[in-house]
Amino acid sequence: MNASTQSHSFDLATAKVRDLNAALHALKEGSNASLWRVSNPRGLHALAAGLDAPVTVEIDGPVGYYCAGMNKQATVIVRGNAGVGIGENMMSGRIEVEGDASQAAGATAHGGLLFIRGQAGARCGISMKGVDIVVGGSVGHMSAFMAQAGTLTVLGDAGEALGDSIYEARLYVRGSVKSLGADCVEKEMRDEHKAQVFEKLKAAGLEGQVDPSEFKRYGSARTLYHFHVDNASAY
Amino acid sequence: MNEHVKGPGAPRTLPRESATFDAYTLSEIRRAAATGIYDIRGAGAKRKLPHFDDLLFLGASMSRYPLEGYREKCGTGVVLGDRFAKKPIELKIPITIAGMSFGSLSGPAKEALGRGASAMGTSTTTGDGGMTPEERGHSTKLVYQYLPSRYGMNPDDLRKADAIEVVVGQGAKPGGGGMLLGQKISPRVAKMRTLPEGIDQRSACRHPDWTGPDDLEIKIEELREITDWEKPIYVKVGAARPYYDTALAVKSGADVVVVDGMQGGTAATQEVFIENVGIPTLAAVHQAVKALQDLGMHRKVQLIVSGGIRNGADVAKALALGADAVAIGTAALVALGDNDPRWESEYEALGTKAGAYDDWHEGRDPAGITTQDPELMKRLDPEIAGRRLANYLSVMTLEAQTIARACGKSHVHNLEPEDLVALTIEAAAMANVPLAGTNWIPGKTGF
Repeated sequence: MNASTQSHSFDLATAKVRDLNAALHALKEGSNASLWRVSNPRGLHALAAGLDAPVTVEIDGPVGYYCAGMNKQATVIVRGNAGVGIGENMMSGRIEVEGDASQAAGATAHGGLLFIRGQAGARCGISMKGVDIVVGGSVGHMSAFMAQAGTLTVLGDAGEALGDSIYEARLYVRGSVKSLGADCVEKEMRDEHKAQVFEKLKAAGLEGQVDPSEFKRYGSARTLYHFHVDNASAY
Repeated sequence: MNEHVKGPGAPRTLPRESATFDAYTLSEIRRAAATGIYDIRGAGAKRKLPHFDDLLFLGASMSRYPLEGYREKCGTGVVLGDRFAKKPIELKIPITIAGMSFGSLSGPAKEALGRGASAMGTSTTTGDGGMTPEERGHSTKLVYQYLPSRYGMNPDDLRKADAIEVVVGQGAKPGGGGMLLGQKISPRVAKMRTLPEGIDQRSACRHPDWTGPDDLEIKIEELREITDWEKPIYVKVGAARPYYDTALAVKSGADVVVVDGMQGGTAATQEVFIENVGIPTLAAVHQAVKALQDLGMHRKVQLIVSGGIRNGADVAKALALGADAVAIGTAALVALGDNDPRWESEYEALGTKAGAYDDWHEGRDPAGITTQDPELMKRLDPEIAGRRLANYLSVMTLEAQTIARACGKSHVHNLEPEDLVALTIEAAAMANVPLAGTNWIPGKTGF
């Protein structure tokens, strides 16, 4: 933090979510108010949603639904667990959850990095559209359902129907996969893929802690890209 | 032996087509047997359904006092979304353009919709596929749809919109997702949707990150937070259980509820779905209004009704039953020039005819509207088509006003159920108005 950086504190025991978000949305280009500390989040919803500035927001405790939804540019750190849809539709920036995340983490997200140190629930990365998601623990069932683009890197295990109806997203799982969904297949893990896993682990700050060669790669078999009656039994 | 019953001149029974197995049904059985796949098409339900045509207005005579048709003013303005939004939408006419996607429609068609609607002081709506500069640039008021697929969804466009419509369902297919076949996926459409070019796109039928009205309430809160509580939030449902869906939309915090009846159009869905799922628009209006009234929210949360609205009489009837505005989709496309007889020979070459063409998903629309083919797209001049739409909206408004004046109303919103009677028992029961010539509303007492 350089000398000109200002930090702000926001106590949600007394202030409202609206006040916090309005203050964060009001930040102008080049603002030096780059560090925001938020206390007593108490599972409140839509915290730090819709940010569009290169600020860091540290939330000290558990957050509710859609924390940092549609994030652009900002770094949002949750020092606790996160509710449904953390980082939904994020465009860029970085979201880090130090605890566990509920279902639909990173849903429809287009870009940036979502790093969940703990476990993620069902449908992690559902309909993801370009985001990079790294999960330190395991992900629940139907994760990456209809995932269109981006990467999901899971250091633990994956639940049932991983990657069901997947498009062009890449899934890397280090542990076991309970089952694969329709049109999702295991693919060869070539050097370029190991390099990609390394790159994602590095982005999450986990380089050197896990060997990229321990991961398996999953992606679309592309057999269902065209609706055809011969594939009807797959649906 | 009666010799006269034999021979060439003998009387014979006329060939008689089965009402159950009519020519269309037989052709569909043959098509299914040959292809092994259900029919996918665009447009809305084509079967005959109870509709606004089954209602009549009671113009003023003795017990009511009319306004002069060409002298006295009849207001048409409507404010949408003043429940929570800092910036409600003010429309000059109570007719809006329903959501239709870029991808399903060409860029010039979206531009034409924007031009026509803006000329009349009303709004257009994006669709499944995101916001285009053409549409934002030509629509002075633009509603941005937040759809299950979330194709092209981004916060910049959210903030550029004048209102946000959370689409939960669509009249042509409540509970169903769409299908945009690969031939309409141009490089631009593919990029907007983050999908490979040329593949069939099956849009999701449900939102990926919420599972019901309790979640929707939180989702709406998120959308409001992202847009600083400025934009009205609409919730659109396909008419199936409009009483409960409207009530739950209100409970979820909607500023505006959009109820789309089964005559509502679609870009591409299974024919069996279009014709057999959902309820008619006429049947949906009263239930939606009743839900608002029971909650004490009628006129506080606005109601937009869509699905098969064609003329000023339909507009006036929907408003009389309690809607605040209507939305048009298919009718707007026809106004632009879709299914125009001038392209008859080309419709015939496609195995259909003008007025019946509905394979919009195939991308070969001779009118150049529901296509991404650059050559076909050139056929639509967005300025001319926009003027046609403005003319059509103007006519609908004049028609609604003339009816309202005859009923003694100085604003189209002053029309009320007491101005209506029904021609059929079915329509009387659905719309909750008396059968013409009686005071009897089916299900209620009367004389």
